[in-house]
Amino acid sequence: MHAATPIPSPVIQPAIAGLAPEVIERPRVSDTQLYLDGVSVSFDGFKAINNLALMVAPGELRTIIGPNGAGKTTMMDIITGKTKPDAGEVLFAGRIDLTKLDETEIANLGIGRKFQKPTVFENLTVFENFELALKAPRGAFKTLTARLDGEALDRIAWALEIVGLGAKVRESAGALSHGQKQWLEIGMLLVQDTQLILLDEPVAGMTDAETKQTAELILSLKGERTLIVVEHDMEFVRDLGAKVTVLHEGSVLAEGSVEAVQNDQRVIEVYLGR
Amino acid sequence: MSVARILAARILAIAFVLAGVLAGLFSPPALAQSLEDMLAGLTDDPKAAIQMLIAAEDEKAKAAAAALAKGNLFIRIEDNAVVIAEKDGEQYVITNALTGEIEAMASAEELQAIVLDDEAKALLGGAGDAAAQDAGPFDFATGVKALNAEGFAEKGKAIEKLTALGDGRAIPVFQALADGRLFSRKSDGAVVIGDRSGNDVRLTMAETLEPAGIVAPDTLDVIFVNNNLRNVLREAIGRLGLLSAEASTRTGAAKALLDGITPDAVALLREAYAKESIAYVKEAMALALAAAELSDPDKARRLAAVAVLGSSSDMRVRALLQSRLGQEQDAEVKAAIAAAFDRIQTKLTLMGYAENLVQGISLGSVLLLAAVGLAITFGVMGVINMAHGEMIMLGAYSAYVTQEIFRAMLPPSWIGAYLIAALPVAFLVAAAVGVAIERGVIRFLYGRPLETMLATWGISLGLQQAVRMIFGAPNKEVANPEWMTGAIELAGGFAVTWNRLYIILFCFAVLGLIALILHRTSFGLHMRAVTQNRAMADVMGIPTARIDAMTFALGSGIAGMAGVALSQIGNVSPNLGQIYIVDSFLVVVFGGVGNLMGTLVGALTLGIVNKFLEPIAGAVLGKVVVLIFIILFIQKRPRGLFAAKGRAADA
Amino acid sequence: MREDLAALARPAPLLSLRGWATFLGIGFVLIVLVPLLNVLPSSGSALHLPDYLVPLLGKYACYAILALSLDLVWGYAGILSLGHGAFFALGGYAMGMYLMRQIGTRGVYGHPELPDFMVFLNWKELPWYWYGFDQFPFALLMVILAPGLLALVLGWFAFRSRVTGVYISIVTQAMTFALMLAFFRNDMGFGGNNGLTDFKDILGFPIQAQGTRIGLYIASVLALGLCFLLCRFVTLSKLGRVLLAVRDAESRVRFLGYSPTAAKLFAFTLSAVLAGIAGALYVPQVGIINPSEFSPANSIEIAIWVAVGGRGTLYGAILGGVLINLVKTWLTGAAPELWLFVLGGLFVACTLLFPKGIVGLIGQWKSWRAERQSYKTAEASE
Repeated sequence: MHAATPIPSPVIQPAIAGLAPEVIERPRVSDTQLYLDGVSVSFDGFKAINNLALMVAPGELRTIIGPNGAGKTTMMDIITGKTKPDAGEVLFAGRIDLTKLDETEIANLGIGRKFQKPTVFENLTVFENFELALKAPRGAFKTLTARLDGEALDRIAWALEIVGLGAKVRESAGALSHGQKQWLEIGMLLVQDTQLILLDEPVAGMTDAETKQTAELILSLKGERTLIVVEHDMEFVRDLGAKVTVLHEGSVLAEGSVEAVQNDQRVIEVYLGR
Repeated sequence: MSVARILAARILAIAFVLAGVLAGLFSPPALAQSLEDMLAGLTDDPKAAIQMLIAAEDEKAKAAAAALAKGNLFIRIEDNAVVIAEKDGEQYVITNALTGEIEAMASAEELQAIVLDDEAKALLGGAGDAAAQDAGPFDFATGVKALNAEGFAEKGKAIEKLTALGDGRAIPVFQALADGRLFSRKSDGAVVIGDRSGNDVRLTMAETLEPAGIVAPDTLDVIFVNNNLRNVLREAIGRLGLLSAEASTRTGAAKALLDGITPDAVALLREAYAKESIAYVKEAMALALAAAELSDPDKARRLAAVAVLGSSSDMRVRALLQSRLGQEQDAEVKAAIAAAFDRIQTKLTLMGYAENLVQGISLGSVLLLAAVGLAITFGVMGVINMAHGEMIMLGAYSAYVTQEIFRAMLPPSWIGAYLIAALPVAFLVAAAVGVAIERGVIRFLYGRPLETMLATWGISLGLQQAVRMIFGAPNKEVANPEWMTGAIELAGGFAVTWNRLYIILFCFAVLGLIALILHRTSFGLHMRAVTQNRAMADVMGIPTARIDAMTFALGSGIAGMAGVALSQIGNVSPNLGQIYIVDSFLVVVFGGVGNLMGTLVGALTLGIVNKFLEPIAGAVLGKVVVLIFIILFIQKRPRGLFAAKGRAADA
Repeated sequence: MREDLAALARPAPLLSLRGWATFLGIGFVLIVLVPLLNVLPSSGSALHLPDYLVPLLGKYACYAILALSLDLVWGYAGILSLGHGAFFALGGYAMGMYLMRQIGTRGVYGHPELPDFMVFLNWKELPWYWYGFDQFPFALLMVILAPGLLALVLGWFAFRSRVTGVYISIVTQAMTFALMLAFFRNDMGFGGNNGLTDFKDILGFPIQAQGTRIGLYIASVLALGLCFLLCRFVTLSKLGRVLLAVRDAESRVRFLGYSPTAAKLFAFTLSAVLAGIAGALYVPQVGIINPSEFSPANSIEIAIWVAVGGRGTLYGAILGGVLINLVKTWLTGAAPELWLFVLGGLFVACTLLFPKGIVGLIGQWKSWRAERQSYKTAEASE
């Protein structure tokens, strides 16, 4: 891992960055990048998400913590369209109802996600993984004749440098170690160039040094991109120093700075048990 | 496929004809020539020819002489062949006098009578007498034998005499004769009643009405009747039946009269009606009387008849009313008929639905038996076993082998029990093969469902070929035991055959048993645990490998038992399994995986939908429609009707 | 680093230099040498290629195209279609209909317009869906459209609702089963049980003549070569990599913004068209097309050609298709009762023992030899 070089365009982007003009024209409901209200979903009677409300501003970095089964991953599933909520509103950029779209459409709006368990395409090389993630037309016929231009190569080179996989570029992704797969997935998010980035336990299985570097990377993206980070590692959460939302049994238990949340009596009860 | 069968039958028929021609060529030429000469001589020198005909030993010559005596011998103008012609309606049934073969019908213009002088007629008279003297004392048995006489006239006489005997045993024989189910057995000429049973015919001796085994259709000759005789038979049945001592026979006879009634029969019916004391028999007779009075000149009587008929739910009554509706002049009666017709129509429609429903449930339960094992193994192991159909096939062959063992080793009275013995045999055979497949192949392929499909398909090919080599490619016959034959009549004249009913019951019993195993045994608990989360179950100390093997044994064993059930309603052949396998897959896809309820609902729905579509779209198109329906259905629910939801379901 | 990437980014050539040499070499043998050996030497000569071998080789070429088409969807997109025989048969029927119309008055009944079986069934006029088939270009269009549209519609329904894995296999199997039932019906107007046969000529050339047979054979080999290059092009493109990604982790692909439905639909439809072309070339060479081509067993057999050759390699599929059909031709003649055992055994052995097929075995052998070689050199240097 090298020191994070600055991203080519250090301009703070509005929530609507990358959206089609006709979408931007739509009336805005709120001034948020992501807006969840009254969201509920249950699986066979078990309420995984219960009347959840969450607002994330454009350019904000938000960390989300919570005990196992609090609904963190399910929340990400709802935002990315993997799971449809039984009730509630999920708006992107205050305009677009995400519950009506599928995963592909949501991804193309500019929402990228790193999974809890790193999932990369193991039969493709590291380079090909980057090539697929790269921001470029996604249609079947477009990809049939797609060629990489200089700009695209610059972007891949830049991401490769950040995640330190330059030497592995020709190797198949399946041959990478767990930590390297984590980096590869983060690198893919970088070349995907999305407005909203969801990171599910990005430092699981990383060394302390790597964890620190990841925190630096995330902080360097803050402001330019909107980031939501789900993490168990409180050290890492403290390093990020961002606003923390505590989930419990599918709804928000507490919200605030790291210190405020750590001193919250209910949060302590939930984590320590009674 | 049936086209192929028809083709085969035609080729067979042609082969028979050719064989006959060849046999004719090589048979003693003297006789053939002499018969030909005799027949040819009839026009030139009738007297000599007749003398020779009477003297001849040949059956055909005798038949020709008898026909000549009755004036039934003609010359066909087209080819100058001498033929025996018997009137059937407007046309004549033609039998070639030389060959004895029945040929195409002919009209009167195509035939030229053989004219005889008195002297020749006198000669023939002797022949007729001789024939008459042949007959001994007339009893039921001789009467039945006489039904197999050559000419229609002789048959008619036999019917008349049998009717005169007043013996109720003649009714089923007459009915069979009218339906074309009365045969003469080629081996000994015995007169037998035959009922279709799959591809074979179940025999009953006509003289004794005792069962006489099951044979292939080509060992029998049909005893033909013409339309005139059919009328005679109907009336005879009516007469015999109405005066019978059995209440059910009297009811049957009254119902039979709905088909058409002669004035004689009306009188008889009135008489019987007056004497009748049992209510439901009286009701049936009233219906038949009303049918007769529908064309009565008296308007009031007609109205009364319509009122009686309107309460019926008989298809024949509907037809009767419909034809009368066209003829009726009186407006009031016409309206009454129309109303009665509508009433019956509604009832019949409802009954049709009920019948479709029963048939659909029956088909559904067969599908259920075939699919439930598949659903279990798919649910627990995520494995599609393409050799599942062959487990069914092995079960059916187990039933066949058990039957043969019973026939060979045990007294005949035990034969009815073979089916009971076949069930555990089939279960064990199929389960053993299933475990062998699981341990030998499938367990090495976990996590590769597509490869598992291909490997098990390969196994199915091998199993089919092995069975084909051991037992031969042709269908094997598995007989229904006595207690599986016949039908039970439910309300309003629609019947369910016992074998279908038993299969429905058996299917639900098996389903109940599986439910018990799943929910009341520790094996079942483990199985459900593995279905939901294999990795977790493994960690909890459940021996997943053993559960897999046992699940496969259970699923395959059930398929084996399904095979026993299927042997009772269809043919047993090496590709029996292939017939049901695609449908079974569809049931599993439709019902969802690893869920008994889903399989049950899926199988019954498919069975019933299939049966309701058949009359509308035809059997084949009905199937196509069902397939399209399922493809559309999985749009809405890709994981079936009763699919699991949640995070675990995505794995 | 940047230069390194630029090299990686350059589109891969369709075939390597050695690949082109092999490709053209085999092409030369099949297209030039085989017909010459059939035509030039006298029939007694040892060099003479018997007449019957030419359409047989042509048939194998068609099977190879069929195997290629299945490899494209199974090997690259993970869709094990058990209904590819249906696309093959549809292409075959489209060609068969053209050939039927060419018979003209030379049929048994001599009807100028209606094929014999329609006259036999007392049909009075040509059904509308037979219009246009007297024109060769129209028939060719249908060879592509009929299987293509069916695949497009079925695929759209299936992939859209995320029917994957064994489910898509069952659905495709049900499709071919339904089509078989339908085509068996006389009133469908495709000749029922007997199908279409008794063809007389194609594009004016008598279909039985050896010259025509050689022409059809060459067309089949050319088509095989072109289809192979086309599949190479698709699998080497970025779309090819999207397909591989879909095969390995379909849901992950969605979160990258690709639509697996579109990618799979493209591959499935293209594959169906290739299968249809194979069927169209097959029918004039064997002289008949009937509903048994739709039977599920036929379609599953294609999967084993691909599996034996080695899936996901394209040339492995061609190898498997030709090899197994060679064995089939020989064995069904020599010991017909053994063929099903051999085929069944191949299914089991192939999945259990060599899942990567012949190509995989060769690869293993090569790497084993290379290892031994390096071991030996290491030993020698010591």
